[in-house]
Amino acid sequence: MKFTSVVAAGTAVVLSLALAACSGGGDEGGGGDDDVVVTMLPKNLGNPYFEASTAGAQEAADELGVAVEEVGPDAASPDAQVPFINTAAQQGVNALVVSANDPTAIGDALEEARSAGTKVVTFDSDTEPQFRDLFVNQASAEGIADKQLELISEQIGGEGEIAILSASANATNQNAWIALMEEKLASDYPEIELVEVVYGDDDDQTSFDKTAALLQSHPDLKGIVSPTTVGIAAAARYVSTSEYQGEVAVTGLGTPNQMREYVEDGTVEAFALWNPTDLGYLATQAAAALVAGDITGEEGETFEAGRLGEYTVGADGEVLLGEPFVYDASNIADFDF
Amino acid sequence: MSLLRRREAGIALALLAVIGVTTLVQPGFLLSAGGWRDLLLTPAILVVLAVGQAVVVITRNVDLSVGSVLGLTAYLTGRLFLDAPDLPIAVVALVAVAAGTALGLVNGVVVAFARVPALVITLGTLYVYRGITLTWAGSDRIDAGDMPRTFLRLGTQQVLGVPVLTIVAVVVLAAVAHYLHTARGGRQLYAIGSDPDAAALAGLPVRRRLLGAFALGGALAGLAGVMFAARYGTVSSGAGTGMELQVVGAVVVGGVAIFGGSGTVAGAALGAMLLLTINRALPVVGIPDFWQRAVVGALIIGAIALDRVLAARRSRRLAAARDADPPDGPAVGQRTKEATP
Repeated sequence: MKFTSVVAAGTAVVLSLALAACSGGGDEGGGGDDDVVVTMLPKNLGNPYFEASTAGAQEAADELGVAVEEVGPDAASPDAQVPFINTAAQQGVNALVVSANDPTAIGDALEEARSAGTKVVTFDSDTEPQFRDLFVNQASAEGIADKQLELISEQIGGEGEIAILSASANATNQNAWIALMEEKLASDYPEIELVEVVYGDDDDQTSFDKTAALLQSHPDLKGIVSPTTVGIAAAARYVSTSEYQGEVAVTGLGTPNQMREYVEDGTVEAFALWNPTDLGYLATQAAAALVAGDITGEEGETFEAGRLGEYTVGADGEVLLGEPFVYDASNIADFDF
Repeated sequence: MSLLRRREAGIALALLAVIGVTTLVQPGFLLSAGGWRDLLLTPAILVVLAVGQAVVVITRNVDLSVGSVLGLTAYLTGRLFLDAPDLPIAVVALVAVAAGTALGLVNGVVVAFARVPALVITLGTLYVYRGITLTWAGSDRIDAGDMPRTFLRLGTQQVLGVPVLTIVAVVVLAAVAHYLHTARGGRQLYAIGSDPDAAALAGLPVRRRLLGAFALGGALAGLAGVMFAARYGTVSSGAGTGMELQVVGAVVVGGVAIFGGSGTVAGAALGAMLLLTINRALPVVGIPDFWQRAVVGALIIGAIALDRVLAARRSRRLAAARDADPPDGPAVGQRTKEATP
């Protein structure tokens, strides 16, 4: 792993230098698109999720005629990205697209890069707003809550008892989503009753056993929503091997690789998550728009993002990818992360 | 013997009471197909771990690394299915058990030869083994789709209404119980736990027995890793984290004295069943999530208190029997045979 990442970084350096040499200094920005170099810096390499986002970045780069280089550490530790940011800044790449391992630890390095003229776009995981030009947000809390309710309502026919299998009781994200779901249930889904929220601690075994207990204690349960990738896989696994398969719907936030088995055997009809390929695509489009000078990161600016259409920069330099993406039997084979 | 018997009967009664009350509240807990299966299936992995741990604890040691060994062997199992899809399931299971044995032997060697307390050594290997899994797996994960369907089916399949994993656990339990009860080596483990110095002076092969006990504990943790992969279908680098404490809890609740020398693997297995059944029963009878840990804690403290009371009463009785019948009374014979604490 160490070796490959060194090679990857080395290759990136050589390639970027070569490209910089060809273009006679990559610092000019909005000139010919051929000159633009975007460095993609995921949390870590060898992570299928980021391989998907880099594939999206590559797709956008091909359409725009810019070059994308992926570099990154092999472990997602807080300051592991710093040397890669420094290298990119020294090469004078036009834009850096980063999924931050830490909201502040890479801040100084990013500021240095920006003072050298590099545009910084964060995606998937943000830094403090002052360290970057734009943050491409994969999903809003409202979007996630709405989509999950929409899915469970469809799958149980709009009425009946449901339960939520969450991560740990103090998980900030999950709690925010659950609170929003509770509000929405009361106002928009009067026929659906949320009977219990249980916590699987993002542990397979605990989530699995909690699912069993849920089904035992609520014989009329029609569906389980699990807004955590560990929970939904454990719940689906339990239901798939029980007499509840086909009787109790399971949905929530999951990843295709974890859920493939259960979508294929019919336990799970559909589940949601953002699409990391689209996320990488949009982040690269946004980076190119920044480099071209079409936008500066001010609220209210709009830019064209290829096949995804037009986007508007929101408050704090955030661009929202859109509604969560729904995975089901028809499209799950297209994804590998 | 009768006291020990009674202790296990007490745990069994508690278990039956928990099942009975919960079934009254929610008949499906016992009487539905899924309820029956889960009742037998859920404790299977912990029972296998508890049997191994009981053997180690009986020698007046402890193995805290079993959760990490389980995680490592569970990941190894999944990895083998991914990287060598042609290997038969039995071979994969054997490799995992062998790996567990090796990891257990490492603990045993350090404890037996370096004479460092097992608590310290296995606390160290707990982190070392987990570190190996973390480095190896990284953010990677074994998903259900990565493992053969026939293997995953073993995790829930039933033969004549009894889950396969439960049968495995019962076979392990019976074999180890038989060894501890009848074999010379098994009896020597009790003698070592009762008084290690006396055992050494009496010429017992203390080191060899300790190595054997840790190797067996490791092997069973390896087997539990295979069972974990089959049952849960997802193995991440965190699999089995914290399980060591559950196991020690089960062993103590099951009446195996934490200072060695007494207790049975059947008791440990019942302790494991009781802990996990209570865990599943509490939400069914409507006790909130957060109270479960407290109940488990109370159970462990209660079990240790009961141990003290029983031990004190017993030594009083033995003393009384000795005074009443001074030379070579039956109490003395019973004492060596049973190796009381």
